[in-house]
Amino acid sequence: MIAAVGAIVARDLKLAMRRQADLVSVLFFFIIVASLFPLGVGPEPQLLKKLAPGVLWVGALLATMLSLPRLFADDYRDGTLEQLVLAPQPLGLTVIGKVLAHWLVSGLPLALLAPVLGIQFDLETDALATLTLSLLIGTPALSGIGAIGAALTLGLRGGGVLVSLLVLPLYIPVLIFGAGAVDATVTGMGAEAHLSILGALAIGGVFFAPWATAAALRISLE
Amino acid sequence: MNNRLINWFKYASPQSFYPLAGKMIPWFVALATVFGAAGLWLGLAVAPTDFQQGEGYRIIFIHVPASWMSMFIYLVMAFWAALGLAYNTRLSGMMAQALAPTGALMAFLSLWTGALWGKPMWGTWWVWDARLTSELILLFLYIGFIALQAAIDDPRRADKAGAVLALVGSVNIPIIYFSVKWWNTLHQGASVSLNKAPAMASIMLWGMLLLALSFWMYSIAVALYRARTIMLERERGTEWVKEVLQREGAK
Repeated sequence: MIAAVGAIVARDLKLAMRRQADLVSVLFFFIIVASLFPLGVGPEPQLLKKLAPGVLWVGALLATMLSLPRLFADDYRDGTLEQLVLAPQPLGLTVIGKVLAHWLVSGLPLALLAPVLGIQFDLETDALATLTLSLLIGTPALSGIGAIGAALTLGLRGGGVLVSLLVLPLYIPVLIFGAGAVDATVTGMGAEAHLSILGALAIGGVFFAPWATAAALRISLE
Repeated sequence: MNNRLINWFKYASPQSFYPLAGKMIPWFVALATVFGAAGLWLGLAVAPTDFQQGEGYRIIFIHVPASWMSMFIYLVMAFWAALGLAYNTRLSGMMAQALAPTGALMAFLSLWTGALWGKPMWGTWWVWDARLTSELILLFLYIGFIALQAAIDDPRRADKAGAVLALVGSVNIPIIYFSVKWWNTLHQGASVSLNKAPAMASIMLWGMLLLALSFWMYSIAVALYRARTIMLERERGTEWVKEVLQREGAK
């Protein structure tokens, strides 16, 4: 079973590496969105510091969402997805493999990039560490929940906008506790409680979402 | 056949449910009118003016029933969705699809009347209170459901995809509610507390309950009406729809 998941992850990573421009464009989207906010609200360091957790988390959320169609769309178009559904391994496991690969090429780079952007917002070192940690914990949940939306909208007109309508309301708890963790560090309250709940959300999301995703994929492929 | 009980599965087919729904609609409309008239009379004419809030408090007679119904309809929708996934019945998906616009309407009404109430009472149209925020997110969930169903051309796929979304949403609603609540207490943004509701005079409570019943009956009537339209549209190729249309056209 682990070998099957590993094979999916390796395959998706290899495919992603053949199209590096896709990955880089998502990262640059994140950078641009984060840079637009100071231009919009003004350069006062105090204000930016206050806004930073929310802005960076919302940016990461939107960047993850933009990369969601890539999860299944290519495989759907060339028929690979049908073969994966017919494979003897449970579809849920395949989905876990794809979610893991998606996280490795979108969530992980976003989390590693975020502290650099945090410096622009004048965040302290401990806040930067919490930002990275909260993104590392939270982005798997984003990939997992997002997979449901990506599977439901497979092959539909206006799929991209639709994904955002379906998925963004479900992202709200992750956003609240992710940005809350950084905020709590900035104000000196300690982020352990937020990070624990974020961890619970991530575990719950990654555990349960593949089932819903598998059901949605079966419906989309009927 | 089975004489002891009504055979419920008989009504799982649109063909036999269509006339039943047609018979039930006038009853629910009548009940909604009666309850609504009684509730409005109690609420607007009989109930005393609140000594703190003046006449403005009377908005709650619409606001509270609308909020209750918006939450309740989502649960009913999720129930039909689960039934549709489990038994693969055509009618379940139609019911879920028929309920969604009414639920969205109720959520919108709840937000709108809440804003109208908030302006004179709190001096602001909107606060990021936990209840207001989660009601707003509920509206987003309804809109997502409607948008997903509208984007899928094949009605069977639309039903099933909508069902998965409704179930995922219903699992998420408590999580969203509690995270929004906690977020709100941490930020301490709103100084207004909705939780310390003053003890309500029983006459006001009765008015509110009657209007809640009225909204409930209205929702059922409208959902059934919409479901009948959906049935005709989806089954337009079948014999029974042709017979129904000929019969109704002859009248």
